[in-house]
Amino acid sequence: MTTDGAAQGAPVPDHPATAPAAGEPVLEVRDLEVHFPLRSGALFGRSRGVVHAVDGVSFTLADRETLGIVGESGCGKSTLIRTLARLTDATGGEIRFRGEDITHAGRRRLGPVRRELQMVFQDPQASLNPRKRVGQILATPLRLRGVGRDAVAGETRELLARVGMNPEHVNRFPHEFSGGQRQRIGIARALALQPQVLMLDEPVSALDVSIQAQVINLLDDLQQEFGLAYVFVAHDLSVVRHVSDRIAVMYLGKLMEVSPASELYSRPIHPYTDALLSAIPIPDPRRNRARTRTVATGEPPNPIDPPKGCRFHTRCPLATDECATTAPPLRDFGGGHLAACHHPMNLSAAAAAPSSPSAASR
Amino acid sequence: MTPDPAPAAAPAAADATDPLLVVDGLSVSFATEEGIVQAVGDVSFTVGRGEIVAIVGESGSGKSVTAMTLMGLTRSPNARFGGTAQLGGHELVGASADELRRVRGAEIAMVFQDPMTSLDPVYRIGDQIVEQILAHEKIPKAAALDRAVALMERVGIPHARERLRSYPHEFSGGMRQRVMIAMALSCSPQLLIADEPTTALDVTVQAQILEQLRTLRDETGAGVILVTHDLGVVADIADRILVMYGGRIVEQGTLDELFYDPQHPYTWGLLGSIPRLDGPLGVRLPAIPGTPPSLLNTPAGCHFRPRCPEAFDRCGEMPPLVARSPGSPGHCDRCWLEPATKRAQRETDGRIGLRTEGTVIA
Repeated sequence: MTTDGAAQGAPVPDHPATAPAAGEPVLEVRDLEVHFPLRSGALFGRSRGVVHAVDGVSFTLADRETLGIVGESGCGKSTLIRTLARLTDATGGEIRFRGEDITHAGRRRLGPVRRELQMVFQDPQASLNPRKRVGQILATPLRLRGVGRDAVAGETRELLARVGMNPEHVNRFPHEFSGGQRQRIGIARALALQPQVLMLDEPVSALDVSIQAQVINLLDDLQQEFGLAYVFVAHDLSVVRHVSDRIAVMYLGKLMEVSPASELYSRPIHPYTDALLSAIPIPDPRRNRARTRTVATGEPPNPIDPPKGCRFHTRCPLATDECATTAPPLRDFGGGHLAACHHPMNLSAAAAAPSSPSAASR
Repeated sequence: MTPDPAPAAAPAAADATDPLLVVDGLSVSFATEEGIVQAVGDVSFTVGRGEIVAIVGESGSGKSVTAMTLMGLTRSPNARFGGTAQLGGHELVGASADELRRVRGAEIAMVFQDPMTSLDPVYRIGDQIVEQILAHEKIPKAAALDRAVALMERVGIPHARERLRSYPHEFSGGMRQRVMIAMALSCSPQLLIADEPTTALDVTVQAQILEQLRTLRDETGAGVILVTHDLGVVADIADRILVMYGGRIVEQGTLDELFYDPQHPYTWGLLGSIPRLDGPLGVRLPAIPGTPPSLLNTPAGCHFRPRCPEAFDRCGEMPPLVARSPGSPGHCDRCWLEPATKRAQRETDGRIGLRTEGTVIA
């Protein structure tokens, strides 16, 4: 992992698979479903229902793109990203990595794919082995990648330096670092395998604001340097908007809206997105007072028994009878801005006629 | 500061003659095996009736210790206290345990961050509220139950009478937090301390709870201390702000003073490091370099000096917390820089933020 990769502006050189033309999706997800059965007994109990954690989610992720996924707790965003990393198994739909279907790939076929899809977890305290030194934590993936015994120590130091840490600290334990530094170690561990995609599950939520900004800037640098694609899951819409190229808004397991980052705040189409944006206070008192805000009433319904039709209709100010019976498909409203709604908001005249119902394509 | 009277600050001004809470020179330290942790030092502030004062800071800044000390919750054999805190004739810091028990709950009440851990899971909601009422007032249990119902309705819990018999786990996070607020209000306290009351909640629920706090403040005229790290929440609800860093108040002032005329470099950094929902895209966040100081061994002089790009010789000496512009006597900060220098230095790329150079070795 050399630092001069950035200067050439080329993808990491020793990736044989990174060559394809720009724009070809790294990840394609179609109608992904993750349902968890609920049983009443410990082993053989009757099924009491199904948690619809992820229900018919489709999107693509392009090279060097950051797709942000936001939603409230229980919307399925974490399940989604864990399923993409194949830490949870999908119950329906498919996941394609560079065209190859990996939805049900077994261990052997998954090995090389896992190297390309690395995950960074929310809580670095819980995701780093407390009994291993940082050097050991980073050496394991390096050896898996085939780095020779002699080169491991050097590469470890280089990785630490790359994520903005002191390379002299290789012999320290995770508890000797602050939260922000531990998250940097988590990122370094993911980078050690030279992946093409990083799955970031709330990577900065546990950090203080000043440290959060440092880690966001670091992720930005690494993306530029190594040509990484990110799937960035967070509940903080301001952070997601800042880091993402496109943003997918989830509610009760479904995608409500997929929007270019630049349009999300200025032109939300789905009433849920609008409610979410309205709920977030802007750290600017005058502008905050000047905003007209619609506060969504109630709380998200139970994902075991999600509402029929549009899942948001129970809380939606624009809901009609149609919303209660027919689930709206995700439609393209122009410029790669998709929404699943019968009563879309903020439509310009040109975009008012939706094209055919389609999966989230770019 | 331009004469832009904050409408929200009006109730405070009306009663400014006689502040509700006067904290003077508060200091808290804990003896640990590694040495003395100076958690809070030389903290002085006031809270007026009907005023919402936010204490903002990162973890370890002393904001929670300050709030909890007012409630007497930091008392332990290894703790040392200094200074005074007067709440309408009661001295809180030096109060005996008996005195404190009478004041706590009746005159001063607290809402904690995590409502699941602050409600007892094995008692019914109604019984928990009634217990607090009966501890302070000699009234029949039936009357206390009626009051509990009224309180729950007031904080927006539907079907309050039936829900009296529910257990905490049967409530959602937002509803539990409403129960906590109902409980805090049960004896009409003069001062309500809310320690990160919405941090564990989803944004749409957060908006509801903040609205609730604002309404209650307007109705009861109680003073509120809001401890938070979220500047958006502060901009939404607070009248005045105290910014804490390394156990000291580094700046205090009204909402508009802090957001539009920040004097301390740490405040600039804090404002700069938050991504904003309406902010420009594709820019780097001006992060604050380094990490917060250990309170075991705080740097001599200004605590922010090691991270401050503006630091100079004089910063080796602790600056006093004083007002530096004659026009706004309530706007104080702890920084030796000349006001003119501050105005010149606090902008990076046209917005407020701490200027930084390159990637920072944390």
